[in-house]
Amino acid sequence: MSRHKLVKALDLDEELDDFDGGIKPDYDDEVSAEDKEQLRLGTIKVRDILGEDAGMTDKKIEDSLWHYYYDIDKTVNYLLSQKTNSQPKKSKKKKAGDGEAKATGPSPDDIVIKAQNTKGPTPKAAKQPTPPAKSNKSVNGVIQGVSEVNIEDTKIRGKNLDVLAEFERSKPKNAANFVVIGHVDAGKSTLMGRLLYDLKVVDQRTLDKYRKESERLGKGSFALAWVLDQGTEERNRGVTIDIAMNKFETENTSFTILDAPGHRDFIPNMIAGASQADFAVLVIDASTGNFESGLKGQTKEHALLVRSMGVQRIVIAINKLDTVQWSQDRFNEISQQVSAFLTSAGFLSRNLAFVPCAGLTGDNIVRKADDPKASWYPGPPLVSLLESSKPVTRALEKPLRLTIDDIFRGGIQNSLSVSGRLDSGNVQIGDTVLVMPAKEAGAIKGLEVDSEPAEWAVAGQNVILHLTEIDTKYLKSGDVICPPSAPIQCVTSFTIKVLAFEHVTLMHCEVHKGTLHAPGRVTQLIAQLDKASGAAVKGKPRLIKPGSVARVVVEVDDPVPLEPGGRVILRAGGETVGAGLVE
Amino acid sequence: MWFAYNLIRHGDLLKASAIRRVTTESSTGSTSSTRVQLTLLISVEKLDFDAQSAQLHVSGRIVEETKYTKLGQFHTLDLELNRNFSIEKKEGWDSVAKNFVKEACDPVKSADVWAVIMQEGLSHLAILTGHRTVLRQKVEMTVPKKRGTGRQGNHDKALEKFFQVTMDTLLRQLDLTENKPILLASPGFVAQAFLKHVLETATRTGNKALLAQKSNFVVSHSASGYLHSLNEVLQTPEVLARLKDTKYARETRLMNDFMNLLFKDDGKAAYGPDEVEQAVEKGAVGRGGGILLISDSLFRSQDVDVRRKWVSLVDKVRETEGGEVRVLSSTHESGKRLEGLGGIAAMLTFPLEYLDEDEEEEDVMPNGDINGIKS
Repeated sequence: MSRHKLVKALDLDEELDDFDGGIKPDYDDEVSAEDKEQLRLGTIKVRDILGEDAGMTDKKIEDSLWHYYYDIDKTVNYLLSQKTNSQPKKSKKKKAGDGEAKATGPSPDDIVIKAQNTKGPTPKAAKQPTPPAKSNKSVNGVIQGVSEVNIEDTKIRGKNLDVLAEFERSKPKNAANFVVIGHVDAGKSTLMGRLLYDLKVVDQRTLDKYRKESERLGKGSFALAWVLDQGTEERNRGVTIDIAMNKFETENTSFTILDAPGHRDFIPNMIAGASQADFAVLVIDASTGNFESGLKGQTKEHALLVRSMGVQRIVIAINKLDTVQWSQDRFNEISQQVSAFLTSAGFLSRNLAFVPCAGLTGDNIVRKADDPKASWYPGPPLVSLLESSKPVTRALEKPLRLTIDDIFRGGIQNSLSVSGRLDSGNVQIGDTVLVMPAKEAGAIKGLEVDSEPAEWAVAGQNVILHLTEIDTKYLKSGDVICPPSAPIQCVTSFTIKVLAFEHVTLMHCEVHKGTLHAPGRVTQLIAQLDKASGAAVKGKPRLIKPGSVARVVVEVDDPVPLEPGGRVILRAGGETVGAGLVE
Repeated sequence: MWFAYNLIRHGDLLKASAIRRVTTESSTGSTSSTRVQLTLLISVEKLDFDAQSAQLHVSGRIVEETKYTKLGQFHTLDLELNRNFSIEKKEGWDSVAKNFVKEACDPVKSADVWAVIMQEGLSHLAILTGHRTVLRQKVEMTVPKKRGTGRQGNHDKALEKFFQVTMDTLLRQLDLTENKPILLASPGFVAQAFLKHVLETATRTGNKALLAQKSNFVVSHSASGYLHSLNEVLQTPEVLARLKDTKYARETRLMNDFMNLLFKDDGKAAYGPDEVEQAVEKGAVGRGGGILLISDSLFRSQDVDVRRKWVSLVDKVRETEGGEVRVLSSTHESGKRLEGLGGIAAMLTFPLEYLDEDEEEEDVMPNGDINGIKS
């Protein structure tokens, strides 16, 4: 495909100036053994004809042979004509015409040109080759370049920076991650798409493209959501499946959006995202009926989940108010109900902020609503509320902990890259790290912070680590990267203080911690605890009722990296049964 | 074979054919060994069940002298399907053992079902037979997440590869000439996408045998790709409609009923050995809805007394009290859930409050300690 594009893009006239030989397309990218043999023979013959010509590399000859299907004459012609290309265009035309005559040997002219060529191809010469050969060569060039770089890279030298001092010096902008949560179809992705669009992170052209494509699928209103929902499946179904990460910056803060899926099947993905968040944006569908069903569904579950993962502050965006004519009564009704629920879930009322908005039209997102019906709302739009979030202190001094979010091939140079958020500590290029529970060591040869190359990273940043000296089979998402000096413990059995969302008894469950998930069992109910004081009120309960707190023992089949203070979520049968703190 | 495993106990006499290598020494001192087939009678000392090949290895001392073997020599008998053997019980046949035999001889053909429980990057292949769930293979692969424009190919490609590996694994396990339902279950759309992949690949490669299985695939929903999600799968209407009245479907339903009863917390559900024993003693597991759920692993106890205790409990419920007794297979997911509860549970006819009250007294001290450490 790309080749055909190249052919089209080239100026045809210039093409014809250069040669008279017929261009035969080569579709095969693979070189068979037979071809190789022919190439070898051909190369020898061409060399014979051209004489000992230092300006011609074997590679060049082979490429041209390949292009002309081993036609020696044409190849020689082409190679010679190519050499003449560095001359002014006028004379070249003539030369190309009588190229046949030159096939016998190098002319005096050619020798001069050859000398020029050996110094390195002039920009013009680089432009001239036939389109297929060109693409071949440029690719080869890149590969050569890469292999050179690789050779340098095999020995990684860390700079032994004092990362903390560097961090102090860099005077970073406030950075905040927030997770967008809410019931399915509340308009989370659309709201965030609108935010990014209005902040000019996404340009008009891209959005127009999405709009056109989504209309073709009959889902015109999903265009904004497509900014975040990049997956094929996600777009076809109009449902977010996995967390989408996106960045935007305001004057004094750089934000990372974690757009969570609302569907109950993808709550594990949502947990993975929420574990990286500093605060949350809860999106609520204000349209009649949907709010009520949402409150029973994932609005509730998500809010409880983010709370139990340590999120304190929550911005509530009451979305789709345009569908109820910006009714103030509706807004008040919803905010009352939600605020009552959230305070009962353990959020402090001063950490709640409500904003009425409409993601599809963009009212009260970045700018104030235009609609006169919405004039009753005096407060700031959503983005200002986000900005008012307080900076979070991070555990910079503690040992490095990074829970792997994703493992992928990060480009040609980096065969193994992992992404995630630094939970604590710091890291720099050249560091040796340990991957748990595989207990395999690797080295960091490259580092990216928020998709920009960097030398070091500290807790709270979203990083990509390019690893080396470790095999991909030792890594899986949910593993923890830690320093060899202070490895994280891997356990198969642990005690947690659990807040039950549903009935908890001795049962099978899945244990989630961020991206980590493992099958496990509740094997022992030690005691039921008092909610406020944490003192045991009843030993060995038979059953833990929803809403109560208890101390239980959980066992997992394979060791999982867990530390005291780690927050885990227990799920069974597609429902979150409890959230706990490892003791 | 599973029944045999449940049936044969320590101390039983087992008679089966075996192949034994016999070494003879001639008068000149040279030895020659020959393999002879003979029928041996052994007194069982150890049992080992191979779930994958459904073979039972029984070792014990030989108690009947033959031409080639002496009394007291050890031998391990391999029991397999379609091989005759006979058992003689030291202390006669108890009711539970008799029931096992009755059930095993039930001519209703057990409906085997294949199940593929999957999520992105993880799939479990299992076969459900009447009495066992056998995990045949687990496939685990990393599938990169979606990231940025233009990098989507990575995810789709890896997912495709994951499907292909799962499909290849499934085909290796599956006998395409058999006509068995194949359950595909996953959260979200993974199972659907997988089925699509299977059918497309089958069409492309012209795999007629596989295409003929098309109607056997059942796509269902599960909360995760782990095997214990099978419980949930077995409850979905589309699966129940096909598997109604199989033993595992019944067991799963029973376990769910019990769990629901337990969650109601009205004292009508008891679990754990002590609690259930108390309940039976008080006559709560009786006529009119009392059901005793017991895992077959309890009867497998090597200790004869322990086994006898459970058998008598079962007999008591069944005969004196008139309650129902259900023996759950410990290899099924429902049985595993029961094992988590101590292997035994009961649904009671009347509520028994504070079943666990007695134990609590003893526990005050350790709990106090825990709190002390915490504060």
